[in-house]
Amino acid sequence: MDRITKSHGGGGAHMRALISDIFKSKFGNPELDKLNDFAAVTLPTNRIALSTDSFVVEPWEFPGGNIGDLAICGTVNDVAMSGAKPLYLTAGFILPEGFLISDLEKIVDAMALRAEEAGVVIVSGDTKVVDPGSGPFINTAGVGVIETELEIAGSSAKDGDAVIITGHVGSHGIAVLSKRESIGFGTEVLSDVAPLSGLIAALVDDGLELHVLRDPTRGGVAEALNEIASQSGVEIEIDDNLIPMEQGVLSACELLGYDPLHIANEGCALVILPADQAERALEVMKTQRYGVHATIIGKVSDGAPRVTAKTLLGSRRLVDSPSGELLPRIC
Amino acid sequence: MTRTFDPADAQLQTQTLLEKIQSYTGPPISVMEVCGTHTVAVARMGLRPLLPQGVKLISGPGCPVCVTPVETFDKAIYLVEKGVILATYGDAMRVPGTRTTLADARANGGRVEPVYSALDAVKLAKANPDDQVVFLGLGFETTSPTAAHAIMVAGRENLENFSVLCAHKALLPAMEALVADPQMEIGAFLCPGHATMVIGSDVYKPFCEAHRLPCVVTGFEAQDVLLGLLWILRQAKEGRAEVENAYPRAVDAQGNVGAMKMLATVFRPADARFRGIGVLPGGGYELKEEFAHFDAETRFLAGVEVESREPAGCMCAEVLRGRIEPSQCPLFAKTCTAENPVGACMVSSEGACGAHYRYRGV
Repeated sequence: MDRITKSHGGGGAHMRALISDIFKSKFGNPELDKLNDFAAVTLPTNRIALSTDSFVVEPWEFPGGNIGDLAICGTVNDVAMSGAKPLYLTAGFILPEGFLISDLEKIVDAMALRAEEAGVVIVSGDTKVVDPGSGPFINTAGVGVIETELEIAGSSAKDGDAVIITGHVGSHGIAVLSKRESIGFGTEVLSDVAPLSGLIAALVDDGLELHVLRDPTRGGVAEALNEIASQSGVEIEIDDNLIPMEQGVLSACELLGYDPLHIANEGCALVILPADQAERALEVMKTQRYGVHATIIGKVSDGAPRVTAKTLLGSRRLVDSPSGELLPRIC
Repeated sequence: MTRTFDPADAQLQTQTLLEKIQSYTGPPISVMEVCGTHTVAVARMGLRPLLPQGVKLISGPGCPVCVTPVETFDKAIYLVEKGVILATYGDAMRVPGTRTTLADARANGGRVEPVYSALDAVKLAKANPDDQVVFLGLGFETTSPTAAHAIMVAGRENLENFSVLCAHKALLPAMEALVADPQMEIGAFLCPGHATMVIGSDVYKPFCEAHRLPCVVTGFEAQDVLLGLLWILRQAKEGRAEVENAYPRAVDAQGNVGAMKMLATVFRPADARFRGIGVLPGGGYELKEEFAHFDAETRFLAGVEVESREPAGCMCAEVLRGRIEPSQCPLFAKTCTAENPVGACMVSSEGACGAHYRYRGV
């Protein structure tokens, strides 16, 4: 049998085979191996961070990764943005009937690799099979422990803080788009999907006074900064000239009329902390695999809650949140 | 490996170009950027407030969604309500028809599929053999050849459930109409890189000579736009009016001959209504007789009357002609915003109002 059938979600022998051949063999750990309907785990502290996210990316495979990479990194990063160390994940699969089992293996392999990289264990899971037509979809939930005393939150940005982005902007959205469109942009753009738990742990362990951590996924950097400006009641000013991005992303955005600040990212974070600690933070980031392109892109000041940018030519403009669905442009 | 964009390099070039533009000492000139993608680029880089005295950039009608008249959207929405699968470019989804939008029609259970190219609509027709799929074709010569190609493919494969609601427009007649407007004083045109990739830069020659207007073709990155503008100013200062190509890495004199051939195989020039401008002779394209069975107008809309009105108070018409700046419309940034758009020029990502609103200066 090389495809997913309804019986794989039906609770019988096929489902047991799928669990033991694929999920157990690739995710295997003592807790998952017990095959209970739950996972019982012990946490080293009683302050925890929880997060859940559903992944519906279409196409499920794109340059630089697949939905499995996203399912692990997305939830790991959401948990890590509290300053927590992510420890345990659950994974729920909603698979379309007819989906190739070899493709499911690709997804699960990616998840296993990313989980190992991020230092998390997948301790519980679920599978459902639905009518063909869309999917696969994955939901993951994660739990991590907060060992820092810092109150890292969207509402903690303060006058005099610096804004750092830990990596290139826009790569994930453009990579998915280029695959969906079968269009190239001169150079192939790969998704930046990556777990940021190591990078964040390094910043926390260095004792930096982190105020805000935010991974600018849907809605991109523009949306994330507008949320922070509004939650903290501050003005954030960035500089268009300093936003790090690959040439392929820039070209694609110019050609398709997308704003790079509106494009989704899956492997970088905005870090806001006191300006006098920004250089030290950059040093720490640059020792980390996913922090080598870290750049200071702006600053926080008292003022109307809004985001502004110094333009490429030196004038100033507003940075609005993107309005709704990012749609393909005509020309 | 992907090449990393070096912000410092780009800044040096753009700053040098900007300084040259700012040191312009020729006669006053209004330059129209015909294309919506240029409008977005100009707004995002914040160029307008930095222009020297006497140099004005006017946003033109080059947003294909914006120039599509409201009745086209009303017809498309009518077709969705009649149960066809309507495929179109994403930009068109939120443009208001007289009563509603395609996005609302979809939310109400209608079948509207955003596609990236006309060929995707053909694929949709093949995948849904029991349904009629109508492709709403919008755009200038950048997109019309792909619609022609899709129709040729559908013809070869005898697809009987595919048709096109054709709202494709022709670039040059639109430019002619703008020049003919007695209220307008356009001194030069910044011509769009991607449409010119298809039609070729030679197309502007007779136009340029007849009206003695500089026409410079350019791309969409900051350096491209600045270089194009600088070349226009140089022509103005020297009293020249020529076609120049500041985007040679993508555009040549002849254009994409294969694409133009496909366009000519399937379509012929026809009068077309532009929002704000009216009916322009030869301003659009219609399907030739031999492809008439792919025309959604004849297949579904013969004898159908749609009642069409522009939204009250909206001055898109004046904006599209370049007669007013978006900020001069009384609705701009008040009742008409990117979140709650009233007119087409605010909805479309490359509409003049949308670009001026999203990147408004502070």
